[in-house]
Amino acid sequence: MRAAELQLSVALDAATSLEAAAPPPPKIRVERLVKRFGTFAAVDGISVDIAPGEFFVIVGPSGCGKTTLLRILAGLEEPTSGTIAIAPNDAGRPTNSMVFQGDSIFPWMSVYDNAAYGLAMRRRSKAEIAERVRPLLETTGLWRFRDRYPHQLSGGMRQRVSICRAFANDPDILLMDEPFSALDEQNKMLLHQELLRIWEETKKTVVFITHSVDEAVTLSDRIMVMTAHPGRSKAILDNPFGRPRDVVALRGDPVYGAFVFRIWEYLREEVRAAKLQEQEEGEA
Amino acid sequence: MTRAALNDRLLAFGSPLALFLLWELAAKAGWIDTRFFPAPSAILVRMWALSASGELWVNLQASLWRLFAGFIVGGIPALVLGIAAGLSRPVRIAIDPLVSATYPIPKSAVFPLILLIFGLGEASKIVMVAMGVFYPVLINAQAGVANIDRIYMDVAKNFRASRWQLFRTVAIPGALPPILAGVKLGLGMGLILIAIAEMIGADSGIGYMIWNAWQILSVETMYVGLVVIALIGFALSLVTDELEKFLVPWKRARG
Repeated sequence: MRAAELQLSVALDAATSLEAAAPPPPKIRVERLVKRFGTFAAVDGISVDIAPGEFFVIVGPSGCGKTTLLRILAGLEEPTSGTIAIAPNDAGRPTNSMVFQGDSIFPWMSVYDNAAYGLAMRRRSKAEIAERVRPLLETTGLWRFRDRYPHQLSGGMRQRVSICRAFANDPDILLMDEPFSALDEQNKMLLHQELLRIWEETKKTVVFITHSVDEAVTLSDRIMVMTAHPGRSKAILDNPFGRPRDVVALRGDPVYGAFVFRIWEYLREEVRAAKLQEQEEGEA
Repeated sequence: MTRAALNDRLLAFGSPLALFLLWELAAKAGWIDTRFFPAPSAILVRMWALSASGELWVNLQASLWRLFAGFIVGGIPALVLGIAAGLSRPVRIAIDPLVSATYPIPKSAVFPLILLIFGLGEASKIVMVAMGVFYPVLINAQAGVANIDRIYMDVAKNFRASRWQLFRTVAIPGALPPILAGVKLGLGMGLILIAIAEMIGADSGIGYMIWNAWQILSVETMYVGLVVIALIGFALSLVTDELEKFLVPWKRARG
């Protein structure tokens, strides 16, 4: 516990972590990124380096521009200014695949075809697709439902399919936009453990967005707390917990509460600010 | 089958049957003028005679062929154009005013012009059906694509689907239910138009058969024509329902 506290006390803010994370060249380098919608600055000058194989979680109040940041990383939005540099990978593998918020698997495709989507779009052979898709569907307990359509599955299973689809595509970077926000606590816990297991096998770089502090602590290597409006990086914190993790045992550790509390301290005023903003907009 | 379902079935079949029986009775008893309302049995007898002589089949075949050809000629461009308009803003802006302006023109009012341009042969009838099929399929395909949840487009984009792949894996399946509804409407419209077109300047088809029967005052034959058109409509509706179950399997178990 002493060691963990020590780690906590040296948890770094945004400015110093850039210096500390110098040794490995970053997988993703975001520099002074700005995205405006009209006069509204959804993302306002965010800079961060994300290391290869890192599980990077962004937490912030709703409407703080974290989804916008992720969509820019995914290539679905163009930044207004600033740059994103992604280290090139060994040939043939896609740069990123996204797990979207809410239902995003195609209702007209079977579980299998949904999971195989990225590979099919890249015109991989049937054999190669099977080789990649089958183990993923098996570890997520979806193999026997492979011929089902999404409407025949529960919400938790649909989100599993979405995660399989992203992992099957074998991207360098996995982008996850509040993938579990619609699920109940128990389902969420199961999927957290599953996600961590698959991630530990593949060691992909993950950028994960959430508004849940618990989720951020459970999954991350580092956590970026975003400000409400405009969207800026308020702090970047190192997660004191090592790997591999047990998502339940984690919560019993005294460090857990202290770390969650620390994030909440950063977040509290931002959540308040976001609420005020909403009210002002409502009155205007 | 549950008791309620059985009752529904009995009612659905029973009500037209009861009506026919009443009609038969009224005709036999002389309550209605059989010159205008011949007894159902008389219509069936005529239907049998027309079928035995082959006349009915020749006409039915002619109408079905025109319906099919018109459906292809009108439906396929409508499908392509509708999906393109749903996906692309410039295409939509280019064709919207044309569609809005020409859609309300009664197709039957254009028939003389069609006859003038395409002559008395098959082409003019096929064009009439094609016009009837074109609009509902186009309008539904466009609306169907435009209403596909944006997230599916984002998924396709994120997974680097090419334009053709987006078309094949998202636009077409996503818009298929409304497209099939458009096909159903289009076939109904095509059936109306083929009957009209065959009444003027044709020497075969169910519409011709009805018109010819009027000229020789064969009322039973007119009724046979109406019955056959009703049956075609019913059969087409069954076929499109089956087609929907086959093409849209992801909705099958929902109900």
